Amino acid sequence: MQTIDLADSTLRALNKTLYAQSETTNQTQWEILNPKGAHAIACGLDAPIEVTVRGSTGYYCAGMNQKATVNITGSAGPGVAENMMSGKVVIDGDASQYAGATGHGGLLVIKGNASSRCGISMKGIDIVVHGNIGHMSAFMAQSGNLVVCGDAGDALGDSCYEARLFVRGKVKSLGTDCEQKEMRPEHIAILTELLAEAGSDARPEEFTRYGSARTLYNFDVDNAGAY
Amino acid sequence: MCGIVGLFLKDKSLEPQLGAMLTSMLITMTDRGPDSAGIAIYKGETAGKTKLVVQSDTPQTDFAGLDSALKKQIEGGVKMKVKDTHAVLEIKASQGDAARAALKTLRPTLRIMSRGDSLEIYKEVGLPKNVADRFGLHKMTGTHGIGHTRMATESAVTTMGAHPFNTGDDQCLVHNGSLSNHNSLRRKLRREGVHIETENDTEVGAAYLTWRMMHGATLGEALQSSLDDLDGFFTFVVGTKDGFGVVRDPIACKPAVMAETDQYVAFGSEYRALVDLPGIEQARVWEPEPATVYFWSHNAAPTSTEKAA
Repeated sequence: MQTIDLADSTLRALNKTLYAQSETTNQTQWEILNPKGAHAIACGLDAPIEVTVRGSTGYYCAGMNQKATVNITGSAGPGVAENMMSGKVVIDGDASQYAGATGHGGLLVIKGNASSRCGISMKGIDIVVHGNIGHMSAFMAQSGNLVVCGDAGDALGDSCYEARLFVRGKVKSLGTDCEQKEMRPEHIAILTELLAEAGSDARPEEFTRYGSARTLYNFDVDNAGAY
Repeated sequence: MCGIVGLFLKDKSLEPQLGAMLTSMLITMTDRGPDSAGIAIYKGETAGKTKLVVQSDTPQTDFAGLDSALKKQIEGGVKMKVKDTHAVLEIKASQGDAARAALKTLRPTLRIMSRGDSLEIYKEVGLPKNVADRFGLHKMTGTHGIGHTRMATESAVTTMGAHPFNTGDDQCLVHNGSLSNHNSLRRKLRREGVHIETENDTEVGAAYLTWRMMHGATLGEALQSSLDDLDGFFTFVVGTKDGFGVVRDPIACKPAVMAETDQYVAFGSEYRALVDLPGIEQARVWEPEPATVYFWSHNAAPTSTEKAA
């Protein structure tokens, strides 16, 4: 285990060290102490290493992650795992706004609650939130799965494309062009796998699926007057 | 982008450290707002007295003999404490209006930063650390306080454009965000007779709250109606004699983190601002909900409407 204490080391030195790890590095376990809400911790990783941040992080932790696993033992600030490509990010506490935004792949697990705009414009990432999510989540979500074990805030899935949204609790309101969908066996299979991987004991049958009503995909001449 | 910090003490034993704690929080928020900084500090009341804090660009000449000149024009004496470009004038409680009228003729260029029994506002252009040093903020004691670091977007970098803004006796407002309907609202409020000095958007927000309260709204009600009448982005923190309040616009893209322990309630634009507070590891930390008015008061348990206002 390699330990870097941000009380002694600069953030730039830390990120440079982590970024320098190669595909075949034998230093696969890293621990970061005293994050104290600093920005952009463990950003741009590109190696199969596991980084554990002991404490809470500020903006953009684990952004653009590829292959790495990043664990945050506290809460995460805005834009955690933004544009993640692959790998896994696990937050023990809560996540602030736009968690997992524009993510292309990998798995983001939030054990507490996520704030507004969770999974905004997601493009293939899987997100599992053990608690609740805030308003405008999955706005313009293109693909991937957003799984919410608690409740969702206002305007869920507004203008979404083909992302699958699963909510166990209540949805305060659905966004434009987002509708409830049928749960088919393939969805139960996806949920079963994601919940297991995210360490949740919620039962897949308790979830409702939401997705695009696909009415915004093509121009509707009846709306011409609105432009 | 701007930075906001706030600290409301439940534990009286921390009061001597309020200035030091707020100063450290404020300096942490420097990269959210390096052009100006300000602080509103509530120091408790002296029976029968009230305070005016005034600012001058030429303090050597303006503050020289100001107390003795003012003493001749109002009842009950004047105690003046000069801190850099600011001076705190402690006067008899009934003499607030008389003192303001007298100052207009005695020193026409003085600006009134704050008025109230407990509140003192200090703000200037410059790096938050330098502003804090000039006023000796870290040595100040008090029951609660609010700080702001400014990165100007809507108007010029001037002392009067810095936050906090005094909205009424013992009340102040700080803002992170930008209001988009401030020009039309400024015209409307000026027609209603509300004094607005600058082209700053937040001053209009503050004037709006003052105007609503002039017409009988409580601060809680004024904040609630601001959600309908103010267009734009905002996280507001307001200070009152007894505590502070927080409200965010419905979109809530301007960040806000709160922490509460048995000793304090703290506000920060980022968690970073809170990390050196005692017991932060065990604190309840959360984000205030959008379009929801919160208050913490020494008078009562947290409520969604301020009873004292």
